[in-house]
Amino acid sequence: MNMENLATVALAVLLSPLLGGVVAGLDRKITARLQGRYGPPILQSFYDVFKLIGKERMIVNPWQILCAYVYLVAAMLTVVLLALQSDLLLVFFVLAVGGVFLVIGALAAPSPYSQVGAQRELIQMLTYEPLLILVFVSIYLVTGSYKISEILKFQEPLLIPLALMYIVLGYALTIKLRKSPFDISTSHHAHQEIVKGVLTEYSGPYLAIIEVAHWYETVFILGICALFWHTNPVGALVLVGLTYLAEIVVDNICARLTWRWMLGYVWSTGLLLSFANYTWIYVR
Amino acid sequence: MLKKLVNGSRVKSPWLIHLDCSSCNGCDIEVLACLTPLYDVERFGILNVGNPKHADLLVVTGTVNHRNQKVLENIYDQMPEPKVVVAVGACGCSGGVFRDSFNVVGGVDKVIPVDAYVPGCAPKPEAIIDGIVLALEKLAEKGKRVDQGIFERLVGTRQAITSR
Repeated sequence: MNMENLATVALAVLLSPLLGGVVAGLDRKITARLQGRYGPPILQSFYDVFKLIGKERMIVNPWQILCAYVYLVAAMLTVVLLALQSDLLLVFFVLAVGGVFLVIGALAAPSPYSQVGAQRELIQMLTYEPLLILVFVSIYLVTGSYKISEILKFQEPLLIPLALMYIVLGYALTIKLRKSPFDISTSHHAHQEIVKGVLTEYSGPYLAIIEVAHWYETVFILGICALFWHTNPVGALVLVGLTYLAEIVVDNICARLTWRWMLGYVWSTGLLLSFANYTWIYVR
Repeated sequence: MLKKLVNGSRVKSPWLIHLDCSSCNGCDIEVLACLTPLYDVERFGILNVGNPKHADLLVVTGTVNHRNQKVLENIYDQMPEPKVVVAVGACGCSGGVFRDSFNVVGGVDKVIPVDAYVPGCAPKPEAIIDGIVLALEKLAEKGKRVDQGIFERLVGTRQAITSR
């Protein structure tokens, strides 16, 4: 590994949580404004995490500690692999490992809320992972490679041949960012019907770890979105900004679905859009 | 440096859990009114969480009776340190008009230590926010004590209690 790669890794690891935290803060502010409230400061997410670090350690099962750390490391690794322009499929599997460990940690506690939340998280993963794979395969079909370094050499923005796949990615994004209508396992909003779902039994510093990991994941997913307009940095920034704004609006105007609705709706729409886009790739 | 950041953040991000100990719901409605766009306590980073394990502030309304005394204790024990308790309303402070009733234990402070009292029947949302701000000062003090190793001593106490 040469010096340049080392610098990229260091930048990705250090800057991503800062970026993710600010995005989370902006998200809360805009959400509050949409609801006619003033909203917390932009840096509120950082205050939350620092406070959680200072809380007493209270765990039910020591496995939760391991699971929280693995989730963080996996989320960091996805961002690092993205920054190093590695393989999309590898990134995808690392992401899946992180998600599974979050679920294992929740299942390690006997609380019914945590258990139900973990089951719902598994269903969420079942819903978005096939779609994510379809998106990556479609990128391969267009550019001829899973390597991000090769994809970046592609001449036109991926958004043109893969417009429908971007909408499919949007569904996966909504689930992964825990936004309504797909925030069934746990929600950013304080109150939910299953308390805090998959995060119920994580508390104090371990909740802080998971929060930071979530920031990494946010950055990772926005990075994947930016890949769809890689030819122009300004275009990529506009695309990512508009996508996130759309997520916030959707979050505020939608009610939470049940898992059956989520699975049926996302799979039917996602597969249909994928089929149309795949056909378009071959016809073109 | 980190300690300073953590202590500063404690006051800026208090997550509260609201427990209704057989209140008439007058106080509860006023507590919830604090979350509406008019008062919007999220300005101060206050979130109304449903999980005692994530909470820093316990807001209790209503009289404590022999039934819900255990529930109150249980919720208080589940909250990680540092934590503060606010008793809201005449009933929460002292038992109110139900004070002499046969099944009533009294105010919240008969069961768990209370850091701030908000009197009134029912108190205005402004008064509740004032009480919470008062409790936050206590939270900052407690946070400083945490740095002097109160967690370690607490763990010892907890183990002593469970082994008893």
